[in-house]
Order: sequence, then C-alpha cells, then structure tokens
Amino acid sequence: MAFDKMELKDIEVWDGNFAAAQALRQCQIDVVAAYPITPSTPIVEGYAKFLADNYIEGEFVMVESEHAAMSGCIGAAAAGGRVATATSSQGFALMVETLYQASGMRLPIVLNVVNRALAAPLNVNGDHSDMYLGRDSGWIQFDAFSPQGAYDLNFIAFRVCEDHGIRLPCMVHQDGFMTSHTAQGVETLSDDVAYNFVGDYKPMNDMLDFEHPVTHGVQTEEDWHFEHKARQHNDLMTKVFPKIEEVFADFEKLTGRKYNLVEEYDMKDADVAVVCMGTSVETAREVATEMRAKGIKAGVVGIRVIRPFPFMQIAQALKDIKAVATLDRSAPGGTVGMLFNEIAGSMYNLEKRPMLCGKIYGLGGRDLTKAHLVELYTELQANVDAGKITTPLQQFIGVRGPKLSFL
Amino acid sequence: MANKGWDEFEIGAMLRSFDGSIDDIAGTAQVDRTYSPSSSYTASVADWRLVKPVFNKDYCIDCQFCWIYCPDVSIIARDKKMIGVDMDHCKGCGICVEVCPTNPKSLLMFPEQAEEEAEIASWPAKDEEK
Repeated sequence: MAFDKMELKDIEVWDGNFAAAQALRQCQIDVVAAYPITPSTPIVEGYAKFLADNYIEGEFVMVESEHAAMSGCIGAAAAGGRVATATSSQGFALMVETLYQASGMRLPIVLNVVNRALAAPLNVNGDHSDMYLGRDSGWIQFDAFSPQGAYDLNFIAFRVCEDHGIRLPCMVHQDGFMTSHTAQGVETLSDDVAYNFVGDYKPMNDMLDFEHPVTHGVQTEEDWHFEHKARQHNDLMTKVFPKIEEVFADFEKLTGRKYNLVEEYDMKDADVAVVCMGTSVETAREVATEMRAKGIKAGVVGIRVIRPFPFMQIAQALKDIKAVATLDRSAPGGTVGMLFNEIAGSMYNLEKRPMLCGKIYGLGGRDLTKAHLVELYTELQANVDAGKITTPLQQFIGVRGPKLSFL
Repeated sequence: MANKGWDEFEIGAMLRSFDGSIDDIAGTAQVDRTYSPSSSYTASVADWRLVKPVFNKDYCIDCQFCWIYCPDVSIIARDKKMIGVDMDHCKGCGICVEVCPTNPKSLLMFPEQAEEEAEIASWPAKDEEK
C-alpha cells in the first residue's frame, strides 16, 4: 500500500471524536465531504490530518454547508466510493433533506453524529434532539455510549451498510462532549486487523462502471414511489437486524467486545428498569447496582440500535418488569417522548404490561446525576409497592423552577 | 414498463440506460444503440413543448453551436453536419435559436402547430443592418 500505517498501543487514551477519526482512517475512506460544526469537527479534522500525513489514500472535500457535505457524500457513494462524514445539531438539521436522498438511493454512507441540542436558544452541548430528528429518514442508527463504542461501531456500521443485501446508510451516534470530548481508554485494533474486518469496498450499481451506465436519483410519482418506499422499509425491517447480529458476532470473535441490539444490564430478575441511550446508560448502570444494595431490584435497558427500532427485543427485555421509566433527552414538542411512545407500543400487547412513565431530562447538556436516578428508581419501586402509577406520566428531571409534569 | 411489485425491481432510485453491458457506446450512433425501456430515449416528451424550433438548412453553416448548447441533446448531427431536431425530446427552450450565428438564423421558433414547410417558404430575409 502506498500510504503509511500507524502503530497503536493496545489501549489508547482517546475521546470519542478521535476514536471515530481513527476508525475512519483504518477503514480507508475514499471520500469525506464535510463542513465543520461543534462538537463533531475533530472527526473530519482528524481524517483530513491523517490524509495530509499520508495515512490514507482518499479525498477530503471542503464544502460550503452540511447540505453540500451530504450531497457530496451522495455523489461519491453513487460513483462507487467508501464514504463517510460527521456532523451535529444545526448541521444535521440542514442535512435532513439529503439524508432522505441517501437512504432512498440506497447508498452506504456512514455519518458520525455527535449529538447536540437544537437552537433556539443556541446551545453547543449534548442532547438527543438531532438524533431524534433523523429517526424517520430511513437510515440505520447505532448509538455509542462511550469512546470505545464510537470506535467499534464505525467498523460495524461499514460492514453492515455496505453489504449488498443491505445498502442503507448508517449513523453512528455519540453524546456531544460527554463522549466526544471525554478521553477514556479505548482498546484498539491494528490497522491490518481493522481493515480486514471491514474488507475492500465492493461497488454496486456504481456510476464509474462504464460498461453498465446507470442514472441515480430518478423521479417517481404515484405510479412507483410507494413501491420504492415499501422496498426500503421491508429491507430495514427484515434484513438489517440479522446482518447486524452477524457482524456483532464477528466483532466479538475478533475483539471479545460484545454488542447487542438491546443492551440489558441486570434485567434478568429486575422489578424496575429505566430505558435510556448514550452516556446515561453507563450512569444508570452504576446507580442500578447501588439500588440493588438497598434492596431495589433495578435494571437498565440501553438501546444500541435506534433504527430499525428493536421492537420485539425491547418487549422481550421488559416483559417481566413491574415498572419502567423511559428517559428521553429531547424536547418532546407537545407529546410524550419518542422512547415513551416506542416502548409503549412494543409493550402494549404483552400479557402483563409493566407500568410505564416517561422522563424528559438533560436538555442542552444539563447533567443527569446519580441522585436523579436514585430518586427515579425509588419512585418506580413506590409505584410497584402501590400497585399503580403514583405520579404524572411525564415528568421533567433537573429543570429549575416548580416541578414540571404532565398527563 | 411492466407493472412490477415492490419486490421486483433493483434497489435504489436508479435506472439502467441499457439492459446488460455495453461496449464502445461513444462510437455508436444514438439511433443504433439498444437503449433499455427505462431510458428516457424511448419516451417522448414532445407534449411538454409550446413553441418549436424549425431548421432551415439553406442558411446553416454547420458550426455545431446548436449541437453544443442544446441542454437536452436534441440536435441531431452526423459527421459534423446538422441534420435536424429530435422532436421527441426537444422542450422548445430556444437556446439553439439564440446561439445560431447565421444571418438570417438557420433555426427559428414557431408555435407548435405551425406548418414547417410554409414557415421555411416564408423565412425572413438577411438583416442588412447586422
């Protein structure tokens, strides 16, 4: 190979952004078209630096907006390259129009989304508003809880989305600042091992195949559009989970690190459980263990794959639980939180439905403390003891002023 | 195209210009190419047009400006000689007329229903002021 390899220690101290940038280097991305935005900037900056220092054979395309960034990625992916970029928040919002193009065109792009709040008021810190904004866009969405996850899930994302049976773009989410800028120990793969796991890019319907000319991005009206969307949804619903589970298994064989669609923690005999995403999962796990010492059988469900939503797996994880709380880190805009909605749907047809309430927390990077979670588990246990929900269905955690609750 | 179900076509918002592989397509004249049914070459969009270009070969100098500028590849030329306009794909934009350098012009726009032979017979004379 014409480019240089990098010697890595078995464990490096990396933040989530650098871990993702290293993964992009090791996957040898052909094209990154990017526009910088806090807190995701160091990912594409890292790729550009590795490229300039001859660690990658590829192209870095500087564009004038995030809309152009994803458009450039779409063009490069349609041409037949391995393509990735990164964004956050307002940039993600500007990308939304093109996200639907990428998934409808069945182009395997990996987008690292470093989750950040949406203005107004302007805010650069982490919440899940941008992640929620992408949930109907037809992409596969992975959620990392730590820098290690941000590193590993990039390799997994390429393996899944580039498969010719899948061909759907993939987002890898990590929490802004809490993951992206917090350095932790990350177990690394050597360059060769990492690249071999992902493998050479295998083009499909690429525009650079001159013997088989194709037109990408065609128009369909009422005569064909529905069939295309049906096909895309069918593939999301039936093909993606088996492929993800296969790749998770291969990754475990290679590294010993096991990922699951739904990450269950102490759920086997739990009475009460919280369902959450991102860095909150690790906080909740710590508190759940402490609650067990106090006699409350607490568990945690972390959602690793947000789209496709693991509807059946969630129901399976929660079927014997007595009281469940969902933790949504996005302003619900006039209804229940997304997780409350999805979890309620997945549990509705269970024989014994757990009691369910929803919490809104951490908007604009407000901390979710262990004290908040102790209070939450205590409240869930009180519901179990009373045999009914004793609080409003929706409560805000950690907001100043009079207690805020609804429904 | 057949009325296929959701599971019966290739994935992606993508159409193939040819069924199977092609060879030396640049050296094959458009009329001799075996376009697939999904190629726009086989579909007429003549009804998009309200005004049409009429070609008068008496004044044409085969400069190829119209061929170069046509945004829909609707000028038919062979061996660098202008032959006419592909009326199945021309949208009537008038760019060919705009770029035509002859005096009088070799292409002029007329209403869609105009008779081509009659218009050529009454073609404008050379503009002496130009």
